[in-house]
Amino acid sequence: MTLAAAGPGFLSPTGVEIAFLLVGIATLGAALVAVTTKQLVHAALWLVVALGGLAVEYLLLTAEFIAWVQVLIYVGSVVVLLLFGLMLTKAPIGRSPDADSGNRWAALAVAVASAAALVWVVVDAFRTTWIDLDGVVQGSTKVSGQYLFRHWVLPFEALSVLLLAALVGAIVLSRHKDGRAGAAGPADPAGPADPAGPAGPAGSAGGSDSRQNGAR
Amino acid sequence: MTGTLDVVVRLLAVFVAFLVLPLVVGQTEHKVMAHMQGRLGPMYAGGFHGWAQLVADGVKFAQKEDVVPAGADRRIFQLAPAVALLPYLLVLVAIPIGPGNQVGQSVDAGIFFVLAVMGVGVLGSMMAGWASANKFSLLGGLRTAAQLLAYELPMVLAAASVAMAAGTVSLVGVLDAFHWWWVPWQIVGGLVFFTAGLAELQRPPFDMPVADSEIIFGAYTEYTGLRFALFLLSEYAGIVVLCGLTTVLFLGGWHGPFGADGLGWLWTLLKTAVLAFVVIWLRVSYPRLREDQLQKLAWTVLIPLALAQIALTGVVKVVIQ
Repeated sequence: MTLAAAGPGFLSPTGVEIAFLLVGIATLGAALVAVTTKQLVHAALWLVVALGGLAVEYLLLTAEFIAWVQVLIYVGSVVVLLLFGLMLTKAPIGRSPDADSGNRWAALAVAVASAAALVWVVVDAFRTTWIDLDGVVQGSTKVSGQYLFRHWVLPFEALSVLLLAALVGAIVLSRHKDGRAGAAGPADPAGPADPAGPAGPAGSAGGSDSRQNGAR
Repeated sequence: MTGTLDVVVRLLAVFVAFLVLPLVVGQTEHKVMAHMQGRLGPMYAGGFHGWAQLVADGVKFAQKEDVVPAGADRRIFQLAPAVALLPYLLVLVAIPIGPGNQVGQSVDAGIFFVLAVMGVGVLGSMMAGWASANKFSLLGGLRTAAQLLAYELPMVLAAASVAMAAGTVSLVGVLDAFHWWWVPWQIVGGLVFFTAGLAELQRPPFDMPVADSEIIFGAYTEYTGLRFALFLLSEYAGIVVLCGLTTVLFLGGWHGPFGADGLGWLWTLLKTAVLAFVVIWLRVSYPRLREDQLQKLAWTVLIPLALAQIALTGVVKVVIQ
Protein backbone atom coordinates (compact mmCIF):
# COMPACT_ATOMS: atom_id res chain seq x y z
CA MET A 1 0.00 0.00 0.00
CA THR A 2 1.35 3.39 -0.95
CA LEU A 3 0.75 6.25 1.37
CA ALA A 4 1.15 9.05 -1.13
CA ALA A 5 1.78 9.67 -4.78
CA ALA A 6 5.13 8.64 -6.12
CA GLY A 7 6.99 11.12 -8.27
CA PRO A 8 6.67 14.72 -7.11
CA GLY A 9 6.52 14.78 -3.34
CA PHE A 10 4.76 17.16 -0.99
CA LEU A 11 7.93 19.10 -0.32
CA SER A 12 9.14 21.81 -2.71
CA PRO A 13 5.69 22.69 -4.10
CA THR A 14 5.26 24.37 -7.46
CA GLY A 15 3.54 27.71 -8.02
CA VAL A 16 0.30 26.08 -9.12
CA GLU A 17 0.21 23.98 -5.97
CA ILE A 18 0.70 27.03 -3.78
CA ALA A 19 -2.05 28.87 -5.68
CA PHE A 20 -4.31 25.83 -5.27
CA LEU A 21 -3.72 25.83 -1.54
CA LEU A 22 -4.31 29.57 -1.16
CA VAL A 23 -7.52 29.49 -3.20
CA GLY A 24 -8.62 26.51 -1.14
CA ILE A 25 -8.08 28.41 2.11
CA ALA A 26 -10.00 31.41 0.72
CA THR A 27 -12.84 29.14 -0.39
CA LEU A 28 -12.99 27.49 3.02
CA GLY A 29 -13.01 30.89 4.69
CA ALA A 30 -15.84 32.14 2.46
CA ALA A 31 -17.82 28.98 3.16
CA LEU A 32 -17.33 29.42 6.92
CA VAL A 33 -18.48 33.05 6.76
CA ALA A 34 -21.48 31.97 4.65
CA VAL A 35 -22.74 29.68 7.42
CA THR A 36 -21.83 31.89 10.37
CA THR A 37 -22.85 35.39 9.22
CA LYS A 38 -25.99 36.86 10.75
CA GLN A 39 -26.97 38.65 7.52
CA LEU A 40 -29.00 36.42 5.25
CA VAL A 41 -28.23 37.97 1.87
CA HIS A 42 -24.55 38.28 2.80
CA ALA A 43 -24.57 34.54 3.39
CA ALA A 44 -25.84 33.99 -0.16
CA LEU A 45 -23.18 36.31 -1.56
CA TRP A 46 -20.41 34.60 0.42
CA LEU A 47 -21.73 31.38 -1.09
CA VAL A 48 -21.03 32.95 -4.50
CA VAL A 49 -17.44 33.54 -3.42
CA ALA A 50 -17.10 29.96 -2.17
CA LEU A 51 -18.56 28.47 -5.36
CA GLY A 52 -16.39 30.74 -7.48
CA GLY A 53 -13.35 29.61 -5.50
CA LEU A 54 -14.27 26.01 -6.26
CA ALA A 55 -14.46 26.90 -9.96
CA VAL A 56 -10.95 28.37 -9.74
CA GLU A 57 -9.75 25.12 -8.13
CA TYR A 58 -11.20 23.16 -11.06
CA LEU A 59 -9.40 25.52 -13.43
CA LEU A 60 -6.11 24.95 -11.63
CA LEU A 61 -6.67 21.20 -12.06
CA THR A 62 -7.12 21.87 -15.85
CA ALA A 63 -10.81 20.86 -15.74
CA GLU A 64 -11.98 23.92 -17.65
CA PHE A 65 -15.36 22.57 -18.74
CA ILE A 66 -16.30 21.52 -15.20
CA ALA A 67 -15.26 24.95 -13.91
CA TRP A 68 -17.50 26.91 -16.30
CA VAL A 69 -20.43 24.55 -15.79
CA GLN A 70 -19.96 25.07 -12.05
CA VAL A 71 -20.24 28.83 -12.53
CA LEU A 72 -23.17 28.51 -14.96
CA ILE A 73 -25.28 26.19 -12.82
CA TYR A 74 -24.36 27.16 -9.27
CA VAL A 75 -23.63 30.88 -9.45
CA GLY A 76 -25.89 31.62 -12.42
CA SER A 77 -28.92 29.57 -11.40
CA VAL A 78 -28.81 28.15 -7.88
CA VAL A 79 -27.62 31.33 -6.14
CA VAL A 80 -29.97 33.48 -8.23
CA LEU A 81 -32.82 31.20 -7.14
CA LEU A 82 -31.64 31.50 -3.52
CA LEU A 83 -31.50 35.30 -3.74
CA PHE A 84 -34.92 35.31 -5.38
CA GLY A 85 -36.30 33.31 -2.46
CA LEU A 86 -34.61 35.61 0.06
CA MET A 87 -35.97 38.73 -1.61
CA LEU A 88 -39.48 37.24 -1.66
CA THR A 89 -39.26 36.91 2.12
CA LYS A 90 -38.17 40.56 2.39
CA ALA A 91 -34.68 39.75 3.63
CA PRO A 92 -33.87 42.68 5.90
CA ILE A 93 -30.75 44.77 5.57
CA GLY A 94 -28.55 44.27 8.61
CA ARG A 95 -28.49 41.45 11.13
CA SER A 96 -31.38 39.07 11.62
CA PRO A 97 -30.66 37.49 15.03
CA ASP A 98 -33.97 35.57 14.99
CA ALA A 99 -32.95 33.61 11.90
CA ASP A 100 -31.33 30.86 13.97
CA SER A 101 -32.94 27.45 14.25
CA GLY A 102 -31.02 26.58 17.43
CA ASN A 103 -29.55 23.49 15.81
CA ARG A 104 -26.06 24.94 15.71
CA TRP A 105 -24.29 22.04 17.40
CA ALA A 106 -26.23 19.31 15.61
CA ALA A 107 -25.48 21.02 12.29
CA LEU A 108 -21.80 21.27 13.19
CA ALA A 109 -21.67 17.57 14.06
CA VAL A 110 -23.35 16.56 10.78
CA ALA A 111 -21.08 18.88 8.79
CA VAL A 112 -17.90 17.56 10.42
CA ALA A 113 -19.02 13.95 9.97
CA SER A 114 -19.91 14.36 6.30
CA ALA A 115 -16.75 16.38 5.61
CA ALA A 116 -14.66 13.67 7.28
CA ALA A 117 -16.37 10.96 5.22
CA LEU A 118 -15.87 12.87 1.95
CA VAL A 119 -12.25 13.76 2.67
CA TRP A 120 -11.52 10.16 3.66
CA VAL A 121 -13.07 8.77 0.46
CA VAL A 122 -11.32 11.27 -1.80
CA VAL A 123 -7.94 10.84 -0.11
CA ASP A 124 -8.29 7.06 -0.19
CA ALA A 125 -9.20 7.07 -3.87
CA PHE A 126 -6.81 9.65 -5.27
CA ARG A 127 -3.74 9.85 -3.04
CA THR A 128 -1.64 7.90 -5.53
CA THR A 129 -2.73 9.80 -8.65
CA TRP A 130 -0.97 12.86 -9.91
CA ILE A 131 -2.06 15.35 -12.55
CA ASP A 132 0.72 16.24 -14.95
CA LEU A 133 0.12 19.94 -15.55
CA ASP A 134 2.82 20.31 -18.18
CA GLY A 135 1.74 17.50 -20.48
CA VAL A 136 -1.49 17.00 -22.45
CA VAL A 137 -4.45 18.71 -20.77
CA GLN A 138 -6.24 16.02 -18.81
CA GLY A 139 -9.47 17.83 -18.00
CA SER A 140 -10.42 19.36 -21.35
CA THR A 141 -13.99 19.22 -22.61
CA LYS A 142 -13.12 16.38 -24.99
CA VAL A 143 -11.51 14.21 -22.33
CA SER A 144 -14.30 14.87 -19.83
CA GLY A 145 -16.93 14.00 -22.43
CA GLN A 146 -15.19 10.80 -23.43
CA TYR A 147 -14.86 9.70 -19.80
CA LEU A 148 -18.47 10.56 -19.06
CA PHE A 149 -19.93 8.66 -22.00
CA ARG A 150 -17.49 5.73 -22.05
CA HIS A 151 -17.14 4.85 -18.37
CA TRP A 152 -19.94 6.64 -16.55
CA VAL A 153 -22.95 6.34 -18.87
CA LEU A 154 -25.14 4.41 -16.43
CA PRO A 155 -24.77 6.82 -13.48
CA PHE A 156 -25.24 9.70 -15.90
CA GLU A 157 -28.49 8.28 -17.25
CA ALA A 158 -29.71 7.39 -13.75
CA LEU A 159 -29.09 10.98 -12.66
CA SER A 160 -30.96 12.38 -15.64
CA VAL A 161 -33.94 10.14 -14.87
CA LEU A 162 -33.83 11.40 -11.29
CA LEU A 163 -33.82 15.01 -12.46
CA LEU A 164 -36.64 14.29 -14.87
CA ALA A 165 -38.66 12.83 -12.01
CA ALA A 166 -37.98 15.98 -9.96
CA LEU A 167 -39.07 18.13 -12.90
CA VAL A 168 -42.31 16.18 -13.39
CA GLY A 169 -42.89 16.30 -9.63
CA ALA A 170 -42.52 20.09 -9.59
CA ILE A 171 -45.02 20.42 -12.44
CA VAL A 172 -47.50 18.08 -10.75
CA LEU A 173 -47.26 19.95 -7.45
CA SER A 174 -47.83 23.35 -9.02
CA ARG A 175 -50.69 22.05 -11.21
CA HIS A 176 -52.44 20.50 -8.23
CA LYS A 177 -52.61 23.79 -6.40
CA ASP A 178 -53.92 25.55 -9.48
CA GLY A 179 -56.75 23.05 -9.92
CA ARG A 180 -57.96 23.39 -6.37
CA ALA A 181 -57.92 27.17 -6.42
CA GLY A 182 -60.19 27.13 -9.44
CA ALA A 183 -59.43 28.86 -12.71
CA ALA A 184 -56.69 31.33 -11.90
CA GLY A 185 -56.87 34.16 -14.37
CA PRO A 186 -54.37 33.99 -17.22
CA ALA A 187 -53.26 37.50 -16.36
CA ASP A 188 -52.38 36.49 -12.78
CA PRO A 189 -48.70 37.41 -12.59
CA ALA A 190 -47.97 34.98 -9.76
CA GLY A 191 -49.36 32.02 -11.70
CA PRO A 192 -46.92 31.60 -14.57
CA ALA A 193 -43.97 32.95 -12.61
CA ASP A 194 -44.41 30.50 -9.76
CA PRO A 195 -43.65 27.16 -11.45
CA ALA A 196 -40.90 28.96 -13.32
CA GLY A 197 -38.85 29.28 -10.15
CA PRO A 198 -38.44 25.72 -8.89
CA ALA A 199 -38.32 24.24 -12.37
CA GLY A 200 -35.33 26.38 -13.31
CA PRO A 201 -32.26 24.34 -12.32
CA ALA A 202 -33.92 20.98 -12.82
CA GLY A 203 -35.06 22.10 -16.25
CA SER A 204 -31.62 23.25 -17.27
CA ALA A 205 -30.12 19.96 -16.18
CA GLY A 206 -32.73 18.03 -18.13
CA GLY A 207 -32.05 20.24 -21.10
CA SER A 208 -28.33 19.62 -21.11
CA ASP A 209 -29.15 15.94 -20.86
CA SER A 210 -31.21 15.95 -24.04
CA ARG A 211 -28.46 17.87 -25.78
CA GLN A 212 -25.86 15.32 -24.84
CA ASN A 213 -28.19 12.52 -25.86
CA GLY A 214 -28.40 14.12 -29.24
CA ALA A 215 -24.65 14.59 -29.47
CA ARG A 216 -23.97 10.93 -29.11
CA MET B 1 9.43 38.53 -23.73
CA THR B 2 7.46 38.54 -26.99
CA GLY B 3 4.93 36.28 -25.27
CA THR B 4 4.32 38.84 -22.52
CA LEU B 5 4.13 41.66 -25.06
CA ASP B 6 1.62 39.65 -27.10
CA VAL B 7 -0.61 39.15 -24.06
CA VAL B 8 -0.40 42.83 -23.12
CA VAL B 9 -1.28 43.96 -26.64
CA ARG B 10 -4.24 41.59 -26.82
CA LEU B 11 -5.60 42.66 -23.44
CA LEU B 12 -5.16 46.32 -24.36
CA ALA B 13 -7.04 45.79 -27.63
CA VAL B 14 -9.90 44.09 -25.79
CA PHE B 15 -9.96 46.88 -23.21
CA VAL B 16 -10.08 49.59 -25.86
CA ALA B 17 -12.89 47.74 -27.66
CA PHE B 18 -14.67 47.47 -24.31
CA LEU B 19 -14.45 51.23 -23.80
CA VAL B 20 -15.20 52.36 -27.36
CA LEU B 21 -17.80 49.98 -28.80
CA PRO B 22 -20.47 50.52 -26.09
CA LEU B 23 -20.14 54.29 -26.58
CA VAL B 24 -20.54 53.87 -30.34
CA VAL B 25 -23.67 51.78 -29.76
CA GLY B 26 -24.97 54.38 -27.31
CA GLN B 27 -24.44 57.24 -29.73
CA THR B 28 -26.03 55.21 -32.54
CA GLU B 29 -28.99 54.63 -30.28
CA HIS B 30 -29.36 58.37 -29.65
CA LYS B 31 -29.34 59.13 -33.37
CA VAL B 32 -31.33 56.14 -34.67
CA MET B 33 -34.05 56.56 -32.05
CA ALA B 34 -34.26 60.26 -32.80
CA HIS B 35 -34.60 59.77 -36.54
CA MET B 36 -37.16 57.00 -36.13
CA GLN B 37 -39.21 59.38 -33.99
CA GLY B 38 -38.84 62.32 -36.39
CA ARG B 39 -36.26 64.18 -34.27
CA LEU B 40 -32.63 65.05 -34.80
CA GLY B 41 -31.13 63.87 -31.52
CA PRO B 42 -27.98 65.45 -30.03
CA MET B 43 -26.57 68.02 -32.47
CA TYR B 44 -24.22 70.35 -30.55
CA ALA B 45 -21.67 68.49 -28.43
CA GLY B 46 -18.43 68.08 -30.40
CA GLY B 47 -19.72 69.92 -33.45
CA PHE B 48 -20.48 67.35 -36.14
CA HIS B 49 -23.96 65.88 -35.42
CA GLY B 50 -23.28 65.81 -31.67
CA TRP B 51 -20.72 63.01 -31.86
CA ALA B 52 -19.30 63.87 -28.43
CA GLN B 53 -22.65 63.76 -26.61
CA LEU B 54 -21.79 60.60 -24.65
CA VAL B 55 -18.38 61.99 -23.69
CA ALA B 56 -20.17 65.05 -22.34
CA ASP B 57 -22.62 62.77 -20.53
CA GLY B 58 -19.69 60.90 -18.99
CA VAL B 59 -18.16 64.15 -17.73
CA LYS B 60 -21.53 65.11 -16.27
CA PHE B 61 -21.88 61.76 -14.49
CA ALA B 62 -18.35 62.04 -13.08
CA GLN B 63 -19.14 65.46 -11.58
CA LYS B 64 -22.27 64.30 -9.76
CA GLU B 65 -22.24 63.49 -6.07
CA ASP B 66 -21.99 59.79 -5.27
CA VAL B 67 -24.90 59.23 -2.87
CA VAL B 68 -25.33 56.08 -0.81
CA PRO B 69 -28.75 55.97 0.93
CA ALA B 70 -28.58 55.94 4.73
CA GLY B 71 -30.57 52.69 5.02
CA ALA B 72 -28.62 50.87 2.32
CA ASP B 73 -26.16 48.05 2.79
CA ARG B 74 -23.18 50.22 2.03
CA ARG B 75 -20.58 47.78 0.83
CA ILE B 76 -22.83 45.71 -1.40
CA PHE B 77 -24.45 48.85 -2.79
CA GLN B 78 -21.03 50.11 -3.85
CA LEU B 79 -19.82 46.77 -5.15
CA ALA B 80 -22.85 46.07 -7.36
CA PRO B 81 -21.92 48.21 -10.42
CA ALA B 82 -18.54 46.47 -10.69
CA VAL B 83 -20.18 43.05 -10.51
CA ALA B 84 -22.56 44.12 -13.26
CA LEU B 85 -19.89 45.52 -15.57
CA LEU B 86 -16.77 43.35 -15.26
CA PRO B 87 -18.27 40.08 -16.59
CA TYR B 88 -18.84 41.70 -19.99
CA LEU B 89 -15.19 42.71 -20.13
CA LEU B 90 -14.23 39.10 -19.41
CA VAL B 91 -16.59 37.80 -22.11
CA LEU B 92 -15.11 40.14 -24.73
CA VAL B 93 -11.74 38.45 -24.20
CA ALA B 94 -13.10 35.16 -25.53
CA ILE B 95 -14.95 36.42 -28.63
CA PRO B 96 -12.96 35.79 -31.84
CA ILE B 97 -13.15 38.62 -34.38
CA GLY B 98 -11.07 37.13 -37.19
CA PRO B 99 -9.57 33.90 -38.49
CA GLY B 100 -6.54 32.31 -36.91
CA ASN B 101 -5.56 33.77 -33.57
CA GLN B 102 -7.47 37.05 -33.82
CA VAL B 103 -9.05 36.49 -30.42
CA GLY B 104 -8.18 37.85 -26.98
CA GLN B 105 -7.75 34.39 -25.51
CA SER B 106 -8.97 31.16 -27.08
CA VAL B 107 -10.98 29.34 -24.39
CA ASP B 108 -11.43 25.57 -24.68
CA ALA B 109 -15.02 25.57 -23.38
CA GLY B 110 -15.75 29.00 -24.85
CA ILE B 111 -19.56 28.73 -25.16
CA PHE B 112 -19.91 27.70 -21.53
CA PHE B 113 -17.44 30.37 -20.46
CA VAL B 114 -19.38 33.21 -22.06
CA LEU B 115 -22.79 31.99 -20.88
CA ALA B 116 -21.56 31.39 -17.34
CA VAL B 117 -19.85 34.75 -17.02
CA MET B 118 -22.79 36.64 -18.57
CA GLY B 119 -25.06 35.02 -15.98
CA VAL B 120 -22.83 36.38 -13.21
CA GLY B 121 -23.39 39.94 -14.47
CA VAL B 122 -27.05 39.74 -13.52
CA LEU B 123 -26.01 39.19 -9.89
CA GLY B 124 -24.94 42.85 -9.95
CA SER B 125 -28.50 43.99 -10.64
CA MET B 126 -29.85 41.73 -7.90
CA MET B 127 -27.27 43.00 -5.40
CA ALA B 128 -28.17 46.58 -6.33
CA GLY B 129 -31.87 45.86 -6.00
CA TRP B 130 -31.54 44.36 -2.57
CA ALA B 131 -28.90 46.66 -1.09
CA SER B 132 -30.71 49.90 -2.01
CA ALA B 133 -33.31 49.49 0.78
CA ASN B 134 -35.99 50.73 -1.59
CA LYS B 135 -39.17 48.92 -2.52
CA PHE B 136 -38.93 49.80 -6.19
CA SER B 137 -35.37 48.52 -6.29
CA LEU B 138 -36.38 45.31 -4.55
CA LEU B 139 -39.17 44.77 -7.09
CA GLY B 140 -36.67 45.40 -9.87
CA GLY B 141 -34.25 42.90 -8.38
CA LEU B 142 -37.00 40.29 -8.07
CA ARG B 143 -38.07 40.78 -11.67
CA THR B 144 -34.44 40.58 -12.79
CA ALA B 145 -34.05 37.24 -11.03
CA ALA B 146 -37.30 35.82 -12.42
CA GLN B 147 -36.31 36.93 -15.92
CA LEU B 148 -32.83 35.44 -15.68
CA LEU B 149 -34.18 32.09 -14.49
CA ALA B 150 -36.65 31.98 -17.36
CA TYR B 151 -34.35 33.05 -20.19
CA GLU B 152 -31.05 31.42 -19.22
CA LEU B 153 -32.39 28.01 -20.25
CA PRO B 154 -33.43 28.78 -23.87
CA MET B 155 -30.16 30.64 -24.31
CA VAL B 156 -28.08 27.66 -23.19
CA LEU B 157 -30.19 25.27 -25.29
CA ALA B 158 -29.82 27.40 -28.43
CA ALA B 159 -26.05 27.64 -27.91
CA ALA B 160 -25.94 23.88 -27.33
CA SER B 161 -27.51 23.34 -30.73
CA VAL B 162 -24.60 25.18 -32.39
CA ALA B 163 -22.13 23.23 -30.28
CA MET B 164 -23.71 20.00 -31.52
CA ALA B 165 -23.55 21.16 -35.13
CA ALA B 166 -19.89 22.13 -34.86
CA GLY B 167 -18.88 19.23 -32.63
CA THR B 168 -17.04 21.56 -30.29
CA VAL B 169 -17.80 24.04 -27.49
CA SER B 170 -14.94 26.35 -28.41
CA LEU B 171 -15.96 29.62 -30.08
CA VAL B 172 -12.93 29.51 -32.37
CA GLY B 173 -13.73 25.88 -33.24
CA VAL B 174 -17.36 26.75 -34.05
CA LEU B 175 -16.19 29.36 -36.55
CA ASP B 176 -13.66 27.00 -38.11
CA ALA B 177 -16.40 24.43 -38.72
CA PHE B 178 -18.88 26.97 -40.12
CA HIS B 179 -20.49 26.60 -43.58
CA TRP B 180 -22.91 29.10 -45.10
CA TRP B 181 -25.87 26.70 -44.94
CA TRP B 182 -25.62 26.72 -41.16
CA VAL B 183 -27.44 30.06 -41.18
CA PRO B 184 -30.78 28.65 -42.46
CA TRP B 185 -30.17 25.42 -40.52
CA GLN B 186 -29.70 27.18 -37.17
CA ILE B 187 -31.93 30.19 -37.79
CA VAL B 188 -34.55 29.22 -35.19
CA GLY B 189 -31.87 28.70 -32.57
CA GLY B 190 -30.36 32.03 -33.54
CA LEU B 191 -33.66 33.85 -33.03
CA VAL B 192 -34.17 32.14 -29.67
CA PHE B 193 -30.62 33.01 -28.57
CA PHE B 194 -30.95 36.65 -29.61
CA THR B 195 -34.37 37.06 -27.98
CA ALA B 196 -33.28 35.38 -24.76
CA GLY B 197 -30.13 37.51 -24.74
CA LEU B 198 -32.22 40.68 -25.08
CA ALA B 199 -34.27 39.53 -22.10
CA GLU B 200 -31.14 38.82 -20.08
CA LEU B 201 -29.90 42.35 -20.82
CA GLN B 202 -33.33 43.74 -19.86
CA ARG B 203 -33.56 45.63 -23.10
CA PRO B 204 -36.97 46.68 -24.45
CA PRO B 205 -39.37 44.96 -25.05
CA PHE B 206 -38.10 42.91 -22.09
CA ASP B 207 -37.40 45.85 -19.77
CA MET B 208 -39.96 44.98 -17.10
CA PRO B 209 -37.20 44.89 -14.40
CA VAL B 210 -36.25 48.53 -15.07
CA ALA B 211 -39.68 49.78 -16.26
CA ASP B 212 -38.95 53.46 -15.65
CA SER B 213 -42.61 54.53 -15.76
CA GLU B 214 -43.77 52.17 -13.02
CA ILE B 215 -40.87 51.12 -10.79
CA ILE B 216 -38.54 54.02 -11.64
CA PHE B 217 -35.61 52.13 -13.15
CA GLY B 218 -35.95 49.23 -10.70
CA ALA B 219 -32.66 48.16 -9.17
CA TYR B 220 -30.93 51.40 -10.21
CA THR B 221 -33.38 53.84 -8.57
CA GLU B 222 -30.98 54.91 -5.82
CA TYR B 223 -27.85 55.14 -7.95
CA THR B 224 -26.33 58.43 -9.02
CA GLY B 225 -23.22 59.70 -10.70
CA LEU B 226 -20.47 57.38 -11.77
CA ARG B 227 -22.02 54.23 -10.37
CA PHE B 228 -25.19 54.80 -12.36
CA ALA B 229 -23.06 55.45 -15.43
CA LEU B 230 -21.34 52.10 -14.86
CA PHE B 231 -24.73 50.36 -14.90
CA LEU B 232 -25.60 52.15 -18.15
CA LEU B 233 -22.23 51.21 -19.60
CA SER B 234 -22.80 47.58 -18.64
CA GLU B 235 -26.10 47.63 -20.56
CA TYR B 236 -24.38 48.83 -23.73
CA ALA B 237 -21.40 46.52 -23.24
CA GLY B 238 -24.00 43.78 -22.92
CA ILE B 239 -25.48 44.75 -26.29
CA VAL B 240 -22.03 44.55 -27.89
CA VAL B 241 -21.36 41.16 -26.28
CA LEU B 242 -24.76 39.72 -27.20
CA CYS B 243 -24.54 40.88 -30.82
CA GLY B 244 -20.96 39.65 -31.08
CA LEU B 245 -21.91 36.26 -29.68
CA THR B 246 -24.92 35.91 -31.98
CA THR B 247 -22.65 36.80 -34.88
CA VAL B 248 -20.05 34.23 -33.90
CA LEU B 249 -22.46 31.42 -33.08
CA PHE B 250 -25.16 31.82 -35.73
CA LEU B 251 -24.00 34.17 -38.48
CA GLY B 252 -20.55 32.82 -39.19
CA GLY B 253 -18.46 35.54 -37.54
CA TRP B 254 -15.57 36.42 -39.82
CA HIS B 255 -16.86 34.31 -42.73
CA GLY B 256 -18.15 36.42 -45.60
CA PRO B 257 -18.81 36.26 -49.33
CA PHE B 258 -15.27 37.54 -50.03
CA GLY B 259 -12.09 38.66 -48.32
CA ALA B 260 -12.54 36.49 -45.24
CA ASP B 261 -8.78 36.04 -44.76
CA GLY B 262 -7.66 39.65 -44.60
CA LEU B 263 -10.87 41.47 -43.74
CA GLY B 264 -12.51 38.87 -41.51
CA TRP B 265 -12.62 41.24 -38.54
CA LEU B 266 -14.55 43.72 -40.70
CA TRP B 267 -17.25 41.12 -41.38
CA THR B 268 -17.53 40.42 -37.65
CA LEU B 269 -17.87 44.12 -36.86
CA LEU B 270 -20.39 44.65 -39.68
CA LYS B 271 -22.65 41.80 -38.59
CA THR B 272 -22.39 42.92 -34.96
CA ALA B 273 -23.32 46.46 -35.95
CA VAL B 274 -26.36 45.29 -37.93
CA LEU B 275 -27.56 43.26 -34.94
CA ALA B 276 -26.98 46.23 -32.62
CA PHE B 277 -29.13 48.29 -34.98
CA VAL B 278 -31.88 45.65 -34.66
CA VAL B 279 -31.61 45.90 -30.85
CA ILE B 280 -32.17 49.67 -31.05
CA TRP B 281 -34.94 49.23 -33.61
CA LEU B 282 -36.79 46.84 -31.28
CA ARG B 283 -36.59 49.40 -28.48
CA VAL B 284 -38.29 52.01 -30.61
CA SER B 285 -40.95 49.80 -32.14
CA TYR B 286 -42.18 47.35 -29.48
CA PRO B 287 -44.17 48.08 -26.30
CA ARG B 288 -42.98 46.57 -23.02
CA LEU B 289 -44.09 43.01 -22.28
CA ARG B 290 -45.98 42.47 -19.04
CA GLU B 291 -44.35 40.21 -16.43
CA ASP B 292 -46.66 37.24 -17.07
CA GLN B 293 -46.27 37.66 -20.83
CA LEU B 294 -42.51 37.62 -20.34
CA GLN B 295 -42.62 34.34 -18.44
CA LYS B 296 -45.10 32.82 -20.85
CA LEU B 297 -42.97 33.69 -23.86
CA ALA B 298 -39.92 32.03 -22.32
CA TRP B 299 -41.52 28.83 -21.04
CA THR B 300 -44.10 28.15 -23.73
CA VAL B 301 -42.46 29.53 -26.89
CA LEU B 302 -38.70 29.88 -26.63
CA ILE B 303 -37.89 26.64 -24.79
CA PRO B 304 -39.99 24.41 -27.09
CA LEU B 305 -38.46 26.17 -30.10
CA ALA B 306 -34.96 25.65 -28.73
CA LEU B 307 -35.67 21.96 -28.07
CA ALA B 308 -37.08 21.59 -31.60
CA GLN B 309 -33.91 23.20 -32.96
CA ILE B 310 -31.79 20.73 -31.01
CA ALA B 311 -33.83 17.83 -32.41
CA LEU B 312 -33.43 19.22 -35.95
CA THR B 313 -29.70 19.70 -35.44
CA GLY B 314 -29.37 16.12 -34.19
CA VAL B 315 -31.31 14.68 -37.13
CA VAL B 316 -29.40 16.65 -39.75
CA LYS B 317 -26.11 15.86 -38.07
CA VAL B 318 -26.83 12.11 -38.15
CA VAL B 319 -28.04 12.25 -41.77
CA ILE B 320 -25.01 14.09 -43.16
CA GLN B 321 -22.59 11.79 -41.38
